Amino acid sequence: MNGEPDLGASLAVGLNGVSFPTPVLAASGCFNSGREMAGIVDLHRIGGVVTKSVTLHPTKGLPVPRMAETPSGMLNAIGLQNPGVEGFLQKEGPFIGAAGIPVVVSIAGRSVEEFSQVTLRIRDLPGVVAIEANISCPNVERRNQVFACHPGDAAEVIGAMSRLTRLPIFAKLTADVTDIVAVAEACVRAGAHGLSLINTLLGMAIDTETFRPRLGAVTGGLSGPAIRPVAVRCVYQVAQALPDVPIIGMGGIRSPNDAVEFLLAGAWAVQVGTANFFDPGVMIDIGEGIRRFLNARGLSSPADIRGKARLPDRVAEPAYRRG
Amino acid sequence: MIRTRCEVLSNRRTGAYHSLTLVAPDIADRAKPGQFVQIAVPEGRETLLRRPFSIHQASRRGGWAGTLEIVLDARGRGTAWLAEARTHDVLDVIGPLGRGFSYAADLGSCLLVGGGYGGAPLFFLAEELRARNKLVGMILGARDHERVFKPIEGKRLADTMVITTEDGTMGERGRVTDVLDATLARTGAQVVYACGPNAMLRAVAERCAVRGIPCQVAVEELMACGLGVCWTCAVPVVGRDGRGWWNMRACVEGPVFNGSRIWWDRWLGERPAEPASSAPEPERIHRPEAAEVRP
Ligand SMILES: Cc1cc2nc3c(=O)[nH]c(=O)nc-3n(C[C@H](O)[C@H](O)[C@H](O)COP(=O)(O)OP(=O)(O)OC[C@H]3O[C@@H](n4cnc5c(N)ncnc54)[C@H](O)[C@@H]3O)c2cc1C
Ligand SMILES: Cc1cc2nc3c(=O)[nH]c(=O)nc-3n(C[C@H](O)[C@H](O)[C@H](O)COP(=O)(O)O)c2cc1C
Ligand code: FES
Repeated sequence: MNGEPDLGASLAVGLNGVSFPTPVLAASGCFNSGREMAGIVDLHRIGGVVTKSVTLHPTKGLPVPRMAETPSGMLNAIGLQNPGVEGFLQKEGPFIGAAGIPVVVSIAGRSVEEFSQVTLRIRDLPGVVAIEANISCPNVERRNQVFACHPGDAAEVIGAMSRLTRLPIFAKLTADVTDIVAVAEACVRAGAHGLSLINTLLGMAIDTETFRPRLGAVTGGLSGPAIRPVAVRCVYQVAQALPDVPIIGMGGIRSPNDAVEFLLAGAWAVQVGTANFFDPGVMIDIGEGIRRFLNARGLSSPADIRGKARLPDRVAEPAYRRG
Repeated sequence: MIRTRCEVLSNRRTGAYHSLTLVAPDIADRAKPGQFVQIAVPEGRETLLRRPFSIHQASRRGGWAGTLEIVLDARGRGTAWLAEARTHDVLDVIGPLGRGFSYAADLGSCLLVGGGYGGAPLFFLAEELRARNKLVGMILGARDHERVFKPIEGKRLADTMVITTEDGTMGERGRVTDVLDATLARTGAQVVYACGPNAMLRAVAERCAVRGIPCQVAVEELMACGLGVCWTCAVPVVGRDGRGWWNMRACVEGPVFNGSRIWWDRWLGERPAEPASSAPEPERIHRPEAAEVRP
């Protein structure tokens, strides 16, 4: 209205019923629930927050060192340290209810039952607009194999959760699989509203002076710009197969162009993790950068560029795609 | 917690270290001894994370004049880059962060124990304690005289000063723990504040525990965010009743902890302390010198 600048494009995005004021959300494990960051970031100018993954019981996490900086990336092995769902409700619940921003609660577990129990306890928490199922966790009932590595196991978790709540569920997938599309399809068939991709890639670094692994847990998850091409590829493959399913893309985003790349590959929104550590305001800058990108092209919404990567008429057969 | 772009006022050598003074009135105004700042080092060179540094001095002369001083030991890519900062360069700084040292109003006498650049935050603390008429004893230890942090200024600042070096090039030959008991007895200190390598903190805390003297230690642990959101900086802390434990975040619940509550074995137990001795000798690995890192 009067005096308000005409900003042109709107950043708001709708993901088949869940909406966010901007397409740039904070990734799980990199922002907690937003409480610590509220003093330094205007939370009303980001799309929303995905909480640190919460488990049924308090989880102490892994021994230090929990982090190793690697070229254009970092490895982490935190081990899902969190106060358990009761502690979470006590510590973060009031903030989430009052924050006035969309909050997605990330749930992790080591059995279908754990995922279900946590879903039951958080489904009525005010302020929560969706659940993200962090199924990149080891399954104790299946010799610690990661749920998201087996379409059947992934579907079992998502199916159990979606029978317990009307909240939309986003299945968060790992790229450490041969066929991410098969896992994505299984999750959607089991009731996932959307997909979040990707979680960190399993990696390892060794100190050449001490001959020891640089992480206390030996291996850990790689994040940051180092994984971005892998993440873009995953979003592209899944979007091609499931064009109507909302995808939230992430992995190494730290600039507006990085985010646009994910949208072009087929993401409906993005998440930013590691880049927040360097620049807590980065999600606001990315949002504004996307707006400028759209304005410069006379477009009105991030949805206008979703999946608009211009592919060649014929995409090469997979046989020799790597060199 | 404030994020600002600050101008570098000066960058001086002090022994083996570099001392950077930054124009940062907002952070300086709020800073307490034991707190730290997170400084951005350029991405681009493959580094993604800020680097944490203790606050060495904060002069709150009000208004624009407020400055912040940090001390750094150039040891890796980020610190080597910062060591080359010049007057008028601009740095992106977040702070003050974490919980600093605390003291009771009726404290009479205390002992500050610093190892290497760990002395830096203790000078800030010593000034504050002196201003409140506390008796301040200080032990500064290091490998060699170059690494003893500001010994001359320290002698001026503290009521009692003991210096130790492992090679005997300054003060007494040995480690801070070799002179701790005697200095405690001499100064009658009621509390010990320590900052330095984690192994030194452990030795000091264990000695204090034996003597029943409270000991606050400012620890170092890897930090990805420094803001309390990532849980990288875990320090295992035992419950007040001595039962149960939890991993606390050094960046928000620390970096100053009660030394008697840290579960040192769990925290440092498996930490690689020195190069593998039984392993076969590695071939000479090219390690860039500090000067090489910056083009
Ligand atoms: C609370 C706190 C206060 C500190 N105060 C000081 C100080 O006053 N003066 C000073 O010289 N140093 C201080 N340090 C250590 C300093 O942060 C590291 O030396 C520095 O991060 C190394 O960065 P680099 O790029 O040179 O080394 P690199 O080895 O290239 O760093 C790689 C990664 O490891 C981290 N890292 C490496 N060594 C340490 C360490 N000892 N502690 C924490 N993170 C580390 C870096 O931050 C970076 O993320 C402090 C650390 C903490 C946690
Ligand atoms: C320190 C750290 C902790 C993380 N914790 C979680 C977690 O608890 N749950 C989860 O689903 N993903 C977690 N992640 C993964 C991120 O949410 C994200 O998928 C990944 O880091 C890729 O995005 P980025 O490159 O922008 O960081 C964590 C990542 C980091 C760096
Ligand atoms: S460094 Fe991230 S929580 Fe402490």
